[in-house]
Amino acid sequence: MSHNLILRIISKFLIPLIILFAFYVQFHGDFGPGGGFQAGVIFSVAFILYTLVFGLDSAEKIITPVVLRILASLGVVIYAGTGVASLLLGANYLDYDVLGKTPVAGQHVGILVIELGVGITVASVMILIFYSFAGRDRD
Amino acid sequence: MIDQHVSLLLVVIPLLAAPFVAVLPGRHLAWLATQIITAICFALAIYQLLQVLQGGIISYELGGWAPPWGIEYRIDAANALLAVIIAGIAAITAPYSLASVQREIPQHQHSLFYASFLLCITGLLGISLTGDIFNLFVFLEISSLSSYALISMGKQRQALTAAYQYLIMGTIGATFFLIGVGLLYAQTGTLNMADLAARLPEVIQLRTVHTAFGFILVGVALKLALFPLHLWLPNAYTFAPSVVTIFLAATATKVAVYVMLRLNLTIFSSDFVLKTPANEIFLTLGIIGIIVASATAIIQKDAKRLLAYSSVAQIGYMIIGLGFASIAGLTATLVHIFNHAIMKAALFMAIGAIFYRIGSSRLDDLTGLGRQMPWTFGALIIGGLSLIGVPGTAGFISKWYLVIAALEQDNWLATIAILGGSLLAVIYVWKLVEVLYFKVATSERQDVREAPLLLLVPTWVIALSNIYFGFDTTWTVGVAQTAIKMLGMS
Repeated sequence: MSHNLILRIISKFLIPLIILFAFYVQFHGDFGPGGGFQAGVIFSVAFILYTLVFGLDSAEKIITPVVLRILASLGVVIYAGTGVASLLLGANYLDYDVLGKTPVAGQHVGILVIELGVGITVASVMILIFYSFAGRDRD
Repeated sequence: MIDQHVSLLLVVIPLLAAPFVAVLPGRHLAWLATQIITAICFALAIYQLLQVLQGGIISYELGGWAPPWGIEYRIDAANALLAVIIAGIAAITAPYSLASVQREIPQHQHSLFYASFLLCITGLLGISLTGDIFNLFVFLEISSLSSYALISMGKQRQALTAAYQYLIMGTIGATFFLIGVGLLYAQTGTLNMADLAARLPEVIQLRTVHTAFGFILVGVALKLALFPLHLWLPNAYTFAPSVVTIFLAATATKVAVYVMLRLNLTIFSSDFVLKTPANEIFLTLGIIGIIVASATAIIQKDAKRLLAYSSVAQIGYMIIGLGFASIAGLTATLVHIFNHAIMKAALFMAIGAIFYRIGSSRLDDLTGLGRQMPWTFGALIIGGLSLIGVPGTAGFISKWYLVIAALEQDNWLATIAILGGSLLAVIYVWKLVEVLYFKVATSERQDVREAPLLLLVPTWVIALSNIYFGFDTTWTVGVAQTAIKMLGMS
């Protein structure tokens, strides 16, 4: 692996930046362009780059397929659960108005949580898809 | 609270359950959860139908945004009936799946299987309940993607190619649908079906609207496997796991027929449709489909594939009813959606029970098994009689209304096709009976026993419902007539 020195150094430098940018796109999504889907894809790119440079085995030590599967499901639960939360608070499904003190605050909270769910699911599914393609010649 | 949110809960409960089921350990827990969820959905669907029949159209605003800006679920008798069919078939397939899935699907995939199954239910229920045409597309994709996954889990390797073939055709269909929706949106600026219906008359003469109609028509026709766009269906049904075949055969194509109905009656007015060649296309393709697909069914060498071709032919009956564009014709279509669901479910369940015992559905392998599995064989006979349309079974009711609709318009060609299709059905059902009962079992299959009760009970419930709905038509014809009235046909 020593001949990949430049690649390894550069990707170690890039990966934190990619993740940071993913978080920016995620949480700035309700003010500017962005949102959960884009953020999830960018976030997964960090892991895909890591897998490309350091190999599938070391990537799976960081985050295993089982955890990814749980995370992928968790995202859907967060999304659908937010809708159920507004149901329980007496409004219609996915009506964010009741989630905060004022309707405007509620809308902010609602979209942020929903997009977080989307981001988690998209990121984990992207990594899972990459894992299963990369691991094809194992068996 | 349930009163007000019942339509929404029908979609959300399976959706929310799916991710939990996907991570449940062990096969029994996942199955149990699926069983409970489908039973709840079935109860809710019946409750919703009763509500609609008493109180009229239900409208639900998602996120509290009023239509036409927000997504609206709009339920009249037609989609309430459809929801009952989907949830009902799901609830009856669930107990059947415990044994069948265990036999046909590797254990580590069980929780994923049940999760996909729940997502498929979510998608189909969503299509049937939503009043927003883009939301319909989203649910169409949810149900399609999950059914590709479900089909690919089949035991034989061909299941993968079958799923892939369906994926390609299904995606083309969905794309056509979306292009049509996009054109409609460009022309009217709305996606709400009721709002579309109100705004379309102003722009109805524009070529864009006609193009949109054409695109949507072809897209949905691919999804409902209208002859000659049916080529994905036989492989998908043959190689999918038995449970998936039962569920999809009984619901998926029916939901697409419903979308076509909604398209023709709610979104585009029947005046507009009458000016296009759509109804002639429906009639022509329906008639050719019945004859060609039934004839193809006769020469099949695999029981599941035989029934799959029979499904294509049955789609022809539903489409002919649509093509008549009359109250009788549309009633026949809706009734046949219901009746075909229960007859095909019974037949595929019986074949699935045999598959459970011998791991094959090739006719050469089935010889003489009817005598060793009398109860399974009995259910198959009832399903077969219903498929032919013998009086006293559900199939007779829908054929009766269809023939009435054909005679009403003096359409002798359609009448001949409907009756001729029944005769061809006699031949291919007889072919099954002959193989199963009148041939001798091969020596290595002498010890095949009757299917376990877990498979037999659901099969017989569905088989007996074929007879019940052959006599009591309040829930089929009655509801269908109310539905057509609500759709504004006069």
